[in-house]
Amino acid sequence: MSGAVLPQAGLAAPAARRAGLAWRGLGRSALPWLLPALLLLAWQAGSMAGWIEEEVLPAPSAVLAAGWDLAQSGELLRNIEVSAWRALAGFAIGGGLGLGFGVLTGLSRLGERLLDSSVQMLRNIPHLALIPLVILWFGIDEAAKLFLVALGSFFPVYVNTMHGVRSVDPQLVEMGRAYGMDAPRLFRRIVLPGALPSIFVGLRYGLGIMWLTLIVAETIAANSGIGYMAMHAREFMLVDVVVFSILVYALLGKLADSLARLLERLCLSWNPAYRSA
Amino acid sequence: MDGMVQAPARAGAAAVGIRGLRKDFGGPSVLQGIDLDIPAGQFLAVVGRSGCGKSTLLRLIAGLDRPSAGTLALQAGPERLAPEAAVRLMFQEPRLLPWSSIRGNVEVGLARDTPAALREARAQAALAEVGLADRAAEWPSVLSGGQKQRVALARALVSRPRLLVLDEPLGALDALTRIGMQALVEEVWRAEGFTAVLVTHDVGEAVALADRVILLERGRVAMDLAIDLPRPRRRGDAALAGFEARILERLLAGER
Ligand SMILES: Nc1ncnc2c1ncn2[C@@H]1O[C@H](COP(=O)(O)OP(=O)(O)O)[C@@H](O)[C@H]1O
Ligand SMILES: [Mg+2]
Repeated sequence: MSGAVLPQAGLAAPAARRAGLAWRGLGRSALPWLLPALLLLAWQAGSMAGWIEEEVLPAPSAVLAAGWDLAQSGELLRNIEVSAWRALAGFAIGGGLGLGFGVLTGLSRLGERLLDSSVQMLRNIPHLALIPLVILWFGIDEAAKLFLVALGSFFPVYVNTMHGVRSVDPQLVEMGRAYGMDAPRLFRRIVLPGALPSIFVGLRYGLGIMWLTLIVAETIAANSGIGYMAMHAREFMLVDVVVFSILVYALLGKLADSLARLLERLCLSWNPAYRSA
Repeated sequence: MDGMVQAPARAGAAAVGIRGLRKDFGGPSVLQGIDLDIPAGQFLAVVGRSGCGKSTLLRLIAGLDRPSAGTLALQAGPERLAPEAAVRLMFQEPRLLPWSSIRGNVEVGLARDTPAALREARAQAALAEVGLADRAAEWPSVLSGGQKQRVALARALVSRPRLLVLDEPLGALDALTRIGMQALVEEVWRAEGFTAVLVTHDVGEAVALADRVILLERGRVAMDLAIDLPRPRRRGDAALAGFEARILERLLAGER
């Protein structure tokens, strides 16, 4: 997929053809952006022509202007910081526990019998249904948001880690034993790398749920963060700020997923399925 | 130099002494009283039909399982050996770690206490021995089946084992690759002088490579045959074919 050209072909090809190839490469990488760009243009044109009412959906330029103002006042950065901290701290707690428990139940039958059915039972409760209870317990404190985010991201990481550890090739484990690896080494050299593709699936699922949970929690019960910024703007009918907040969420979510993908590609470069850049 | 029946045993090659060895997995005994002495440096082939307990015997020799009864001793001269350090195993599948480079996979075979400074050089030397020195930095997934099995052989050899145990390691290879691998196994065995125990379902392979062939049947040694032919042996040689026919005949008789 790298588009590598055989050296002889490269020498034989006239410069014009190589330029053509370069253009085509550029065209291919730009293609996914074509539709969003057209949509944005149509939106802007619709707003300028007056077909889209400003109170319903302000023009992209107005949204950007609102964002610029927020950035100037420092409010944007402060709220992004608060939201990002909640997201990461909650995910670190929930994902960390999910990883630990997943390894435990994946490795030991006893651990599985002790924990897995209870966890699976809890998993069937939508964690957002706990919001009223969480507000009763923690108020609209930081702890409430951390708890919800941690709870939401725990399950996907847990389930996929356990599955990954379970599906490690037993023949490789036997080989490791036969070659004198002790338990910690066996885990580090065989079990963990073998489970990693599945763990990454859980990680990316967990990140998605992390943002979703945070959005809901900040919208309902917070006095800072992006979600609060949106709800606060709604009270004053600042539609442009509301739309901008949604955009920020989308960008942060995309950023987190891209980072996870990059990490995945780095860690799994041995796997032919992840090798193509 | 050819014409000798057996390669000279390396000073540290392991001799195996097995007495009254039994193994069951809760049901009827898979091995029911095996007595077997493998002299240091011997190349022993084990044949027998599928399910007769060949792999079970190998796993016991390699110390991966405990016998239900009987004893099993590894010795180099008067010295008792622990299987973890003295025995290396080759499986039917290469069983390479896909997330380690080819050299990293070979280093798995090194003893834990090998100094870090030596590890790379030792792995590189073992890879050179199997003709893959220039592939050291690549991932195993780019190799063919035969090449993977050569890496597995390098991994088994890198710690200079006193006993090499091979469980149908060539069974999954195509005929041509298999002949090349057989030559390679014989070559390293003659160069290094370890004791070798090869399980194979290919009687032709057994008589071509081994000093001695035993046939397992219903958990016992049903036939014990010395192949006292000079090396290198030519495939299709009449004497070789004679041994092969005798073993096959016995195998088929056991079926009835
Ligand atoms: N771990 C085990 N648990 C239960 N039965 C086993 C186990 N390993 C081997 N067996 C049984 O022992 C017998 C011999 O197996 P094996 O030694 O693998 O045969 P071979 O290698 O000669 O084909 C088979 O009947 C097999 O089902
Ligand atoms: Mg077997």
